[in-house]
Parts: sequence; structure tokens; C-alpha cells
Amino acid sequence: MNLALLSSEIAIVVLAVLLICFDLFMPHRETRRSLGIVAACGVLAVLVHSFTQYGTVGTVYGDYFVVDHLALFFKQVFLTATLLTILFSFGYVEKFTQNKGEFYALLLFALLGMMIMASAHDLLTVFIGLEIMAVVFYVLVGFDLENIKSSEAGIKYLILGSASSAVLLYGISWIYGFTGSLLFKEVAANMAATPAILMGLGLIVAGFCFKLSIVPFHMWAPDVYEGAPTPITALLAMGSKAAAFAVLLRVFLVAFAGLKLYWAPVLSVLAALSMIVGIVVAIWQSGIKRMLAYSSVAQAGYILSGLLAANAAGVKGMLFYIVLYMVATVGAFAVVVAVEEHSGSDAIAAFSGLAQKSPLLALVMTISLISMAGIPPLAGFAGKLYLFIAIAAQGYLWLVVIGFVMSMISVYYYILVVKAMYTHPVQDDRVLTVNGPLKLVAMVSLLATLFIGIYPEPLAELANAAARALW
Amino acid sequence: MFSQYALDHAWLIPLLPAAACMIIGVFLRRLPVLAATAAIGMSLLSFILAAGVAAGMFAQGITIEQPLVYKIPWLTLPGLAVDMGVYLDPLSVMMLVVVTLVALVVQLYSVGYMHGDEGFGRFFSYISLFAAAMLGLVIAVNFLQLFVFWELVGLCSYLLIGYYFHKISAREAAKKAFMTTRVGDFGLLIGILLLQFLFGTLDFQALPVQIPAYLVQHGSGLLTVVALLLFVGPIGKSGQFPLHVWLPDAMEGPTPVSALIHAATMVVAGVYLVARAFFLFSALPEAMAVIAWVGAFTACFAASIALTQRDIKRILAYSTISQLGYMMLALGVGSLTASMFHLLTHAFFKALLFLAAGAVLHGLPGKNDIFEMGGLRRKMPATFAAMVIGVLAISGIPPFAGFFSKDEILLAVFAVSKPLYAVAMVTAFMTTFYMARLLFVVFCGPEKSGQQAHEAPLSMKIPMAILGLLAIVGGYIPYTAGFGDWVRFGPAAHLAFDWKIAGSSTLLALAAIGLAWLIYGSGCNTAAVLARRSGLAYQLSYHKYYLDEAYLWLNHTLVDGFGKLLSWLELHVVEGILKGLAGLVGQLGNGLRKAQSGNLRVYGLVMFGAAMLMLLWLLFDPLLKGLLAGGGY
Repeated sequence: MNLALLSSEIAIVVLAVLLICFDLFMPHRETRRSLGIVAACGVLAVLVHSFTQYGTVGTVYGDYFVVDHLALFFKQVFLTATLLTILFSFGYVEKFTQNKGEFYALLLFALLGMMIMASAHDLLTVFIGLEIMAVVFYVLVGFDLENIKSSEAGIKYLILGSASSAVLLYGISWIYGFTGSLLFKEVAANMAATPAILMGLGLIVAGFCFKLSIVPFHMWAPDVYEGAPTPITALLAMGSKAAAFAVLLRVFLVAFAGLKLYWAPVLSVLAALSMIVGIVVAIWQSGIKRMLAYSSVAQAGYILSGLLAANAAGVKGMLFYIVLYMVATVGAFAVVVAVEEHSGSDAIAAFSGLAQKSPLLALVMTISLISMAGIPPLAGFAGKLYLFIAIAAQGYLWLVVIGFVMSMISVYYYILVVKAMYTHPVQDDRVLTVNGPLKLVAMVSLLATLFIGIYPEPLAELANAAARALW
Repeated sequence: MFSQYALDHAWLIPLLPAAACMIIGVFLRRLPVLAATAAIGMSLLSFILAAGVAAGMFAQGITIEQPLVYKIPWLTLPGLAVDMGVYLDPLSVMMLVVVTLVALVVQLYSVGYMHGDEGFGRFFSYISLFAAAMLGLVIAVNFLQLFVFWELVGLCSYLLIGYYFHKISAREAAKKAFMTTRVGDFGLLIGILLLQFLFGTLDFQALPVQIPAYLVQHGSGLLTVVALLLFVGPIGKSGQFPLHVWLPDAMEGPTPVSALIHAATMVVAGVYLVARAFFLFSALPEAMAVIAWVGAFTACFAASIALTQRDIKRILAYSTISQLGYMMLALGVGSLTASMFHLLTHAFFKALLFLAAGAVLHGLPGKNDIFEMGGLRRKMPATFAAMVIGVLAISGIPPFAGFFSKDEILLAVFAVSKPLYAVAMVTAFMTTFYMARLLFVVFCGPEKSGQQAHEAPLSMKIPMAILGLLAIVGGYIPYTAGFGDWVRFGPAAHLAFDWKIAGSSTLLALAAIGLAWLIYGSGCNTAAVLARRSGLAYQLSYHKYYLDEAYLWLNHTLVDGFGKLLSWLELHVVEGILKGLAGLVGQLGNGLRKAQSGNLRVYGLVMFGAAMLMLLWLLFDPLLKGLLAGGGY
């Protein structure tokens, strides 16, 4: 067994345990920012280390845990997302009254769950990774004990999440029962379109769609996104979703590749529903976190549509989109955190006149939102282009038309926020201060969105290399 | 070796000014000294690199046939691959050297000219961005890259014309420039799209290979249309008739901008585009004829307007239009060498003329009318000297730069078409006449300005001296160094010399200077008399053939009328439909939002209900399909 392949996961576990120990011996009055810095540095180190892993591709624990380009790609996405989240949550964590230190350790455990999902090559490992991540998120969503909404969101997420896990596990048991294996490759080898296996497939689709917040399994998302501490909302939108997609790719394109005829129509309808519902309901939201929640429902629909192409071009489009969505989301949520700290509210009205108070934050928010809407020359445009071209080539022109129309409509509510920031009067004359790490995250998001949009080829090439690992 | 380093790192040439723009824009807006230092430093580095590239080109024998190209994929999609890269051949290397050199000199000059201006940092940031865009255009490897930078230089031109944005005329001029060149860019874009459609590539190396085969197979009809559409871009950008109207107004920008952008570099982008795509144009005789005649007409037409203008910068602007027409004419008759040679010398002497004019305006603030100046020779001897060199160079008096390049054009035109040659000679006469008029009226005669005119500071004199030197030797040195062996299309074109043409054009220039002296310089008050006598012709020329008014009328009646019609349609038809649609979407959203009650049981119900439906679909869909197909399950 080649332990070097597990080095990233081991490092994250060690780091998380160390953080808990440090926290234990720290005086109570300490702000725990130092823990955050240690966590950020550690994650950064693992991220850098992961680039050296591109040479050593292989499997561990038999075939149950695979490290290939696809897994590495996703791990880097998770590591980056977690790193940026840690960086912009320093200020936010300080307002918690207790358990500040555990926050960072829990983030790392969630990261561990995601990384296991990226490498999982059988249904049980998938489930273990998923549960590690999900349980940690149940805790983190309800982490802000002072805030009743946070607790409510935590409970809701716990109940609905457990139900969906049960559905997923039930589906897995059907598949195991009728193919005799949990390994993706063996499942694929024993695949047949029997009712029992279709039953299992349907249950697994339902279970994943919950994690992806695909309509009609999305109803938890707005409530949870709104109630959760904002950095956790960001990580839910970026990491949890991307992790579910990492698994989805292997499950549908390896294990269930033979049943494409059956799952493709279902998923295409779900993707279309997500785009439509996510976008038309987002129009009505007055809170930015709820708005971004619905927007993330729609974005999940866009990403899911790439799966229908069931080829390298489609997967490349999905991976590309996942990265650009992460980059835009981290920018948007960093700004939300800053505004929330300043005004204590996440209503869109709280963004009035932000351009005068902090031109940088307003610019970052604008660029992030417009990139999500898919306007050139920003990253979102290139992402939608890759996705649409891939699925149109496979005959899903109707889905492209829906996606196209919906992204036009989505511009409306994104621009509403921009309008508030640039044209509405400033509401109070308090100075908005932004701490260094948050500013750094905002700048990184801004530059990355611009860079990917203007010069998409490097990321597209990286995504392409990762996508080819599936075939 | 430095030249090797320069060849390998030619991509830095546009990147350095771009970096300067970013640095100034972000950090140095309020720090004039540092801003100027950053801009000039980057320009200097980029000029050194360009010079290194030129040296490398000579050393390694990079020719038109064997360019040095390196590129990276920028966007790869099925059926569409776009690269970005660096295309180095004698043509682009010449442009690199000219652009970096003139940009450097003009920036040096701007330190003195813009001294104390409120937007000093902004000015240097814009002008660095312009240099970056122009250099990116020059090294483009395909039409798309060229187009991207083409638009970017247009943006910079807009920003810099409207630099004094508190002046209404400057704002209007900026808008006019942008809109007018837009018309041209639209044609260019359609041409580029058609090329991509026809050949599946826009690459400057791949297209020349495919075009001959295409011509054999399909004839030249469609390709001529494409070429003419492409040529619409240069008509706009290089101020050819009938889209030249923006260039005189562009003089609202600061004078260094006029020198750099609206005389030496950006406006020749159109000429450069035609030269770069010469593989296409030269294969289409009809397109070439159009280019030649548009160029010749523009040259003659603009020169005839310049004869009567009174604003010093406008005279130079019409002169620029006229000279650009000359370059187009040379391209149209098939002589890329002559055109590029004139582009080179023109960049030097026209920039010099503008800088000298800028020095005059700097010394006499608030005065633009040449008839209010007069007698500045004694007060501004250095500026006078610069202006004399510039005028002699543009007039084509040997041994100044313009002589060699103008002669080359006349020779090329003479060989192809006698009527065009006649037009070119008339233009040459008029050119010399109005330039001499400018010189005599501004610098000779009695001093008219009551105020104290003063000579330009040293930081403005040095750039003028550099350009003055180039305007003297910039023709002779390339001429003897075998310019035609390097910058050419097809076989090596040795720069020829014809005593008849050279002699007659020189005599004509001298005659024009003499005539101008008689009317404007000798002191007898013949100018006003002449203006009165020539009546209609004078009025036509002075009012630029009423073209601006005609466009305005066209705009007011046709465009506004059409706009009103569309506005009615928009208000009553389109908006009704859209409002209905928007209302529908809104209602849908509102309805769905209501389902989001916050009630956990509802959420669970929807979730499991949906899962059940999905299962039913999965299980029964194949069954149904099987039944429909008539088979058992």
C-alpha cells in the first residue's frame, strides 16, 4: 500500500487534531485567530504539496481509494475553497461567544470528507466521505448558538440531510444486492436494466440531488444558507456541492455508464427544473444569502447539465464551471461577510452605496455576480460556453435554450444588487473597515475571475486532463 | 546575446507598457513624478527590446517568408481554435521600433507639455495603455488578436480625445471618434467572421496557404466582398473618405496625443492591417483598385481642405488624412514597400510637426488660429527650426525623409496608372503649399500676439530634436540600407530612383513653397484678397465641403426618424410583450416562493414525493416504451 497517495488526507487529519489540542491549552481570552492562521498555512502547504502528486497516480486499499487527475483536481478545488473560507472568516469567528477554536478544526474535518469523496471508488467509501462531511456541516450550520436562525437551520439540515442519507444508503443496498459489489468497476460490469437496479439508481439520484440542491430536492437550501454562519454558507455552496459532483461523475460515468439511456432523461429534466426554479424564485429574494442560495440551485442545474454529454468535453465543462463558480462564490461571500459585520444585516438594502464606502468590495461583488450571470469577458461566460457547446453537440439543444434564456433572466437580480451598490445612497456614514485577509480573498477572487475569463485555456487544459482520467 | 533574448521575449514589448498602465492606475495616480517615471521607464525598456528584436531579425535573417512566430492557445472549442502570440517579420518589427520610439519620445515631451495638469497620472496611464494595445496589434498572429487590440486602441483614443472631459467639445469629439470608427469596425468584424466561416482559421500563416486554392476553386467574387468589408475597418481607423470626419475633431485631445495616436501610430493601424493582410488584397485586383482610388481621393480631398483651415492642429490633422491616403494609394497600386516606407518617415516628421505645433500652443496658450500668431520665429527659434525641418520633410525636399518615401510612392503609382499619378502630383503640390502657408503665417511676418510668447522648456526641446534628426535621416538611411529587401511583399523590391519623377516632384514642391511665400510670406496682403476672389471654392474648402453638416442632416432626418419609428414600436409593441413575459416570470417565481414555507414537514413531503415520482418514471418508462414498441418487458 502506497501511503504517499494518502498523504494529503493524513496531513489534514493531523492538522485538525493539532488544532483541537492547541485550542485546549490556549487561554480563554485569546481570539483564536492564531489557530485560523495555522489552519490556513497548513491547508496552503497541503495544496502546494498536492501539485507534486500529479506524478504518482494509483490506488490504495485495493481499488477502493483512487488517486488520479480527476481526484487531484477536485482535492485542489476543495483545498482552495477551504483555504479562502478560513481566510475571510477570521473576523466572523470572533463574534462567536464560545467554541471559536473548534470552528477551524471542524472546517478541516469537512474538508477531509470532501477529499475522501473525490477519491472514493466504491459506493461505501463514497458514503463514508459524504457522512464525514455532512455530519460536520450539521454542526457548523448551527454553530452560531446565539442566533436562533442558525440553530433552526442546523436542525432542519440535520433532519432532512439524514433522511436523504437514508435514501442514498437504501439505494446503495439495492445496487449491492443485485450486482454483488460496491466497486464502481464491478458494478458497471454487472449492470443490467432490471427494475431492481433501476430502483437503486433512482434512490441514489434522489440522495445526491439533495446534496446538490437540485430541484425538487432543494427546499432545505434557502433556509440553511440563510441561517448558517456566512462562511459556512460559502463552503456549503462551493465545497459540499463540488464534492457531490465529484462522486456523481464517477457514479454515473463509470458505475452506471451502461444505463445512460435511463438516467439521462431524468437528469436533464432535473437540470432544467433547477435552472428555471432557481432563477425565477431568486428574483423575489430580499436577502442576499437567500438570493445566492437560489442562484446556487440554478448553478447546480447548469453544472449538472454537463453530465448529460457523458463525454470528456462535458466533464471538462463541468470541472471548469465548478472552479469558476467557486471563485465567484468566494468573492461574493467575502463581501457579504464584510457587509454583515459592518451593518449586521444581509438584506440587499444593506448594500446600498457600498461603492462609495468601499469601491474594492463593490467591484468584487459586481464582478462575481456578473461572472455567475455569464457575461463576457468574465469566467462565467467561458464556463457556460464550454458547457453549452458540449451538451448541444449531444442533442440537448432544448436544454441549452432553457439555460440561455434563464441566464438572461438571472442578470436581472444580479444587477439589482449592483444597482443598489452603485446608485443607491449611502445609509450611514460609518467607515467600513475590511481586514487584510478578507481583502486578499476578494482580490484573489477578482483577479482569478478576470484571468479565467480573458485567458481560459490553462484552466480548460487542466480540466481536460482531469476529465480524461474517467476514460 | 541580447538580440536572442529580445527575440525570445518579444511578448514583453506590449506587456511592459501594460504593466505601467496598471501600476500607475492603481498606485501612482496622485504621484505625477513617479507616474511619468514608470511610464517612460517601461517605454524605454520596451524600445530597447524592440531594438533588440530588430537586431535579432537582421542577424538571424528573419524575412517576410520566414517569420518568427510563437503562440499559445487562447481558446479551444470544437471547430474554433484561437491563438494569441507574437508574429515577428520585418513588417511587424519595423512597426514595433516605430511605435516604441515615437511613444517614448512623445512621453518625454509630455512631461513638459502636461506639467502641472491635474490628470497627469491619468494621462500617463492612458498613454501607456495605448502603447500596449498598439504593440499588441502589431504583433498579432491572427485577425482576432488584431481585432481585440484594434478595439483597445480605439478605446484609448476615445479616452485620450476626451481627456479634457470638462470641455463639451472634447466630449463630443471623443464620442464622434468612437462612433465613426465603430462603423468601420463593424465592417471589419463581419469581414473577419466571413473569413473564419470560409476558411475555418484566421491565422496569418495558415490563410495565405489556403487562399490561392480557394480562388482557383470558387473564383474571386465572394472573397472580394470579404476584402472590401475588411477594408471598411481601415477606412474608419485610418481616416479615409468618407469616414475621415472624426480625425480633425480628435485634435481636442492634448497635443502629444495627437502626435502619437492621431498622427504617427494608431491611425496607421488601418494601413498596417491592409499590409498585414496583403496576401488577401493583392490577390484581388478589384479590391486593390478600390483601395487605390479611395486612397488617392482621400489624399487629394483632405489636402484641398487643409489649404484654407485656420486652426493649426486641424491643418495638421487634414494633412495626416491626406498622407494616410497616400499610403493607401501605394498599397492599392501594389507597393507594400513604398507604403511602409512612407509610414515610417511620416511617423517621424508628422510627430515632429505636431510636437512643434504643441510647442507653439504651449507658448501661446489659448490661441489656435494661425492668423493670430505670426512672427514667432524670433521668440521660438528652436520650435521654428523643428517646424522648418518638418515642413521640408513632408514637402519631399531632398535630402529630408519625406523625399525618399514620397518618391517611392510616386514611382510605384506612375508604373500602374497615369490618372492616379496625376492626382498624387496635385496632392503633393497642395501639401507643400499648405504646410508652407502654416510655416510662413505662424513664424514670419510681424508679431501679432500681444502677449509674451515663450520658448518651450528643455524637456520638450529634446524630443523635438530627436524627431528632427529622424525626419532628416529617417529616409536616407533606410533607403541606402536596403529597406525594400526586408519590408516587401513578393520578390525583393529594390528602391529605385527615377530622375524624372524625383526632379519634377522636387521642382513642384519648390514652386509650391514659392507660391505660398508670395501669398502669405512676402508681406503684401494677398491672402485676404485671394480668399475673397476664389469665393465658392474657398468656402467649400473652408467648410470641409459641408460633409459634417451633411452627416448631421443625415443623422437628424434618417437616423432620428428611424429611431422614432423604432421607439414607437419599442414602447407599444415590444414593451407590451416583454412586460407580459416579465410578469409571467415574476408570477411563477412568486408562486414557487410561497411553497417555501419554512415548514420542515412540507420540505420532507416534497422531497419524498419527488423521489417517488422519479422512481415511477425510471421503472415504468422502459415498460411503457416496451409496450409502445410492441415487445414484452
